Amino acid sequence: MNTWDTDVLVIGGGSTGAGVAWDSALRGLHVTLVDRQDFATGTSGRFHGLLHSGGRYAVRDPGSARECASENRILRQVAADCIEDTGGLFVSTPEDDLEYADRFLAAAQAAGMEIEEVPVGVAVRDEPRLNPKIRRAFRVQDGSIDSWKMISALLRGAQDHGATVLPYHKVVQVIRRGDRVEGAVMEDQRSGEEVLVHAGCVVNAAGAWSGQVAGLAGCEVGVRPGKGVMVAINHRLARAVLNRCHLPSDGDIIVPVRTVSVIGTTDHPVADPDDTECSPAEVHQMIEAGELLVPGFKESRALRVWSGSRPLLPKTETSAGAGDREVSRSHTVLDHGARDGVEGLVTIAGGKFTTLRLMAEDTVDVVVRKLGREAECRTRTEVLPGSESHHFYWIGNRQQEAETDPPDDPLICECELVSQHDLDTVVARRPNWRLDDIRRALRVGMGPCQGGFCAFRVAGMLHQGGRYGRAEANSALREFVQERWKGVKVISWGAQARQTRLDRWIFEGVYDLEHLPE
Amino acid sequence: MTAVVWGAEAWAEVRSSLDRCIKCTVCETACPVAAVTELFPGPKTVGPQAERFRTGDHSPDLSVDYCSGCGICSRVCPQEVRIAELNSRARAELKRERGAPLRDQLVARPGLLGRAGRPVAPLFNWAMANPVIRWAGERTLGIHHKAPVPRSTTRTFSYWVGHHAGAKSARRVVYFHGCSTQWYEPHIGQKVTAILEHNGYQVVIPKQDCCGLPLQSNGLFPAARGAVTRLARQLVPGGTDDLPVISSSTSCGLMLKREAREILGADSPELRSVSQRTYDIFEFLLELHHRGELRTDFKPVPLTVAYHAPCQQQNQLIGKPALGILRLIPGLRLVELDRSCCGIAGTYGVKREKYEIAMRVGEPLFADIQAEGPDLVACDSETCRWQISAATGATSVHPLEILHRAYGGS
Ligand SMILES: Cc1cc2nc3c(=O)[nH]c(=O)nc-3n(C[C@H](O)[C@H](O)[C@H](O)COP(=O)(O)OP(=O)(O)OC[C@H]3O[C@@H](n4cnc5c(N)ncnc54)[C@H](O)[C@@H]3O)c2cc1C
Ligand code: SF4
Ligand code: SF4
Ligand code: SF4
Repeated sequence: MNTWDTDVLVIGGGSTGAGVAWDSALRGLHVTLVDRQDFATGTSGRFHGLLHSGGRYAVRDPGSARECASENRILRQVAADCIEDTGGLFVSTPEDDLEYADRFLAAAQAAGMEIEEVPVGVAVRDEPRLNPKIRRAFRVQDGSIDSWKMISALLRGAQDHGATVLPYHKVVQVIRRGDRVEGAVMEDQRSGEEVLVHAGCVVNAAGAWSGQVAGLAGCEVGVRPGKGVMVAINHRLARAVLNRCHLPSDGDIIVPVRTVSVIGTTDHPVADPDDTECSPAEVHQMIEAGELLVPGFKESRALRVWSGSRPLLPKTETSAGAGDREVSRSHTVLDHGARDGVEGLVTIAGGKFTTLRLMAEDTVDVVVRKLGREAECRTRTEVLPGSESHHFYWIGNRQQEAETDPPDDPLICECELVSQHDLDTVVARRPNWRLDDIRRALRVGMGPCQGGFCAFRVAGMLHQGGRYGRAEANSALREFVQERWKGVKVISWGAQARQTRLDRWIFEGVYDLEHLPE
Repeated sequence: MTAVVWGAEAWAEVRSSLDRCIKCTVCETACPVAAVTELFPGPKTVGPQAERFRTGDHSPDLSVDYCSGCGICSRVCPQEVRIAELNSRARAELKRERGAPLRDQLVARPGLLGRAGRPVAPLFNWAMANPVIRWAGERTLGIHHKAPVPRSTTRTFSYWVGHHAGAKSARRVVYFHGCSTQWYEPHIGQKVTAILEHNGYQVVIPKQDCCGLPLQSNGLFPAARGAVTRLARQLVPGGTDDLPVISSSTSCGLMLKREAREILGADSPELRSVSQRTYDIFEFLLELHHRGELRTDFKPVPLTVAYHAPCQQQNQLIGKPALGILRLIPGLRLVELDRSCCGIAGTYGVKREKYEIAMRVGEPLFADIQAEGPDLVACDSETCRWQISAATGATSVHPLEILHRAYGGS
């Protein structure tokens, strides 16, 4: 069995784990990070994409609002390339209580948010699709944040400081000697081989799965997965994030993320975080809710639906255990040594994507103390790879670049403007890409045609380039297309239904996908 | 059918049409510009696809400027994506942001050019025909030295109207003549008036300014919106709100019928009303004929006439009504030129960087004309006529000039 030693073993390659890896590596620790799948495929790859201004929490949870406001400021400084500075609006729709708007404004100011009330006429002029019947509007510092870009920048940064990162390595066993956790055994999900890592400290950053991972060490973490549904609309209906100004509820935010507008979300307790089914009822609930912010929302082309699970920690977990540090209202670092008498294991639970840096700082503060390697946290000021120029990502970037592409570099994904050169660059970075990993890295197949016109091109090119054998290319294509169809099944009406029809004709009629040779 | 919406809502409707694109590529195969140059990636690419990357704050793409606005893509798209309209908007944003070059400002104001030229028309025409001056024009203004440019006239159409004692009748129409008739081709307006009067109509010709279309196609939207709403007010003389408004310029008619609403997002009560009542001259005459009201006291016209239906008229979605009328004329041998675009597309083909493209777009049409060798080429659009004559040396006329001759005019 392949075996090595590391200072910190981080389990989970979502925003939290990647943040912990970056922070630890900057403090001079040797880090190994593993995920059972590709990175950013857990909740972090299935979230809403909002870089919170804090507005959502201002009235009900001022502590979280304050955290969001300050972390938002920091991330804009250190991770500009992963953020689009869309700005945000909180608007009182005809169904929202105007008295709430006053409370909201006061609370937002108290939480240190930058906020400005704008005349309704100005808001509607800036956002022509916004409901003209809104009665108040507030401009805030919301943005959108790209999970793939952010997590890969954090991991690249960590690797630059010596970290080892392993996708598709599932923790199957936590090594425990007596009351001490000493490492873990991972199974490579593609080859079936096992690796053993001895660690000075294990950080359980498995999000909604952290209860399962803690269980492997014989500890209990009562994380309760809360499922939320989101629907992506084919194009941007607004430039800014649109929020309803009311007590947070379902389907009250529309976020412009890359080329799409995403409406969300819901919150239903589920037993299994891998339960990602979205019911037609939930989808309709979202589509109807959008109407209040953007009249005509219902008629827009819904592109895809998905869900993710919040790693929620009930109150009893956050405040009870002896020795737990309730570092924040929204996330908790569980020191299993003080809590359960099991040394060498720390669980970070709860939180948000927006506060990933703070969550990592709080976690690694505990880790360095345990390891006796105390060092200052540097993530407040250290700029992530790719963000050195401090230019925010902008939706037009790809379009602008595509204009200057040489003619011998054809587009392979027309919807998301991915060229052959982009594909070559990405596959050269790491062996063993699955089509779905390439999608996450490049957005191939995430546009209106949902892979109808690009999936076979990518599979064919990877085959031609010798990366896939024939059978491999065929089954990769089949798997990819079926996965895409799963996401459009419940929204197949109107324009998307016509697209799906055409895609099916292409894959079933032209390629006979079901019967491609193995 | 959903209700017709105006103003900002009309543009929202056009923009959301991008959602209907299923990537079928039909538009790409029909675009005459993409077929002749690599500088233009094609309607699907710059239309529904690129629109997803535009936020309205800052234009990411420049190649959309090579779209000529001919509208063929929008007509062929099986999903009714408003591709050409999306492109028009995107071009406008581009120019608003970067400032339209002087040349665009100039070709966009035919009145200005016409006015500047008029008092010294012979001199102006000489200058426009003089290669040295045209070269200088290309260097300083970016108007291609070979591009067709209209000849200015010493007497405007309004001058003629002022001296014309029109017949009184209970049946009245408003005539919207457009700038080209006013400044360059007043004889067109005279013939329209004669044809309508011959059919028993009183022709009301109010004082009128530019419809704003050239401003629009060069991205100067606020000015264009102002122009078209002013024009609509001028076209309801004495508050008339039920008279047909007859247009003899295809592009100007299209502006009133569709583009003011769909591209400019303009809106006013007069505009809504005028837009509904605007007819292409031949559309109007063909309706008369269908009702049995068109006079058919035609003299034979023993000529071979090749007819080209211009894009801007095709975009009115009225078919080719001129063919229906010209066919009635005895002795006339009518050849339908079944080609899409002559290349000029308003002022597109006169621009330095687009002249060659426009000429290549028009090549199949020019070749057909040369092969046919007709006595006359008939085309409803003035800029297309100038382009066709410049490219082929053929004499080109408005089809109503042929009708006018059949009615005994000279
Ligand atoms: C619907 C929804 C919308 C949201 N929207 C926002 C938003 O707009 N803005 C915001 O700031 N926050 C948002 N959040 C919250 C935010 O997304 C999450 O808090 C955050 O992404 C959690 O990241 P994580 O790294 O803790 O968990 P995950 O991203 O879930 O990472 C955990 C990882 O652990 C891995 N793992 C599990 N078991 C094992 C094992 N045995 N071995 C190895 N690896 C394992 C998983 O594969 C997974 O990748 C949203 C949450 C939900 C549910
Ligand atoms: S309007 Fe004409 S030139 Fe422009 S994209 Fe459409 S077909 Fe091509
Ligand atoms: S013809 Fe219409 S549906 Fe087809 S690719 Fe072009 S815009 Fe899309
Ligand atoms: S389109 Fe017609 S009315 Fe408008 S400016 Fe041109 S010539 Fe004048």
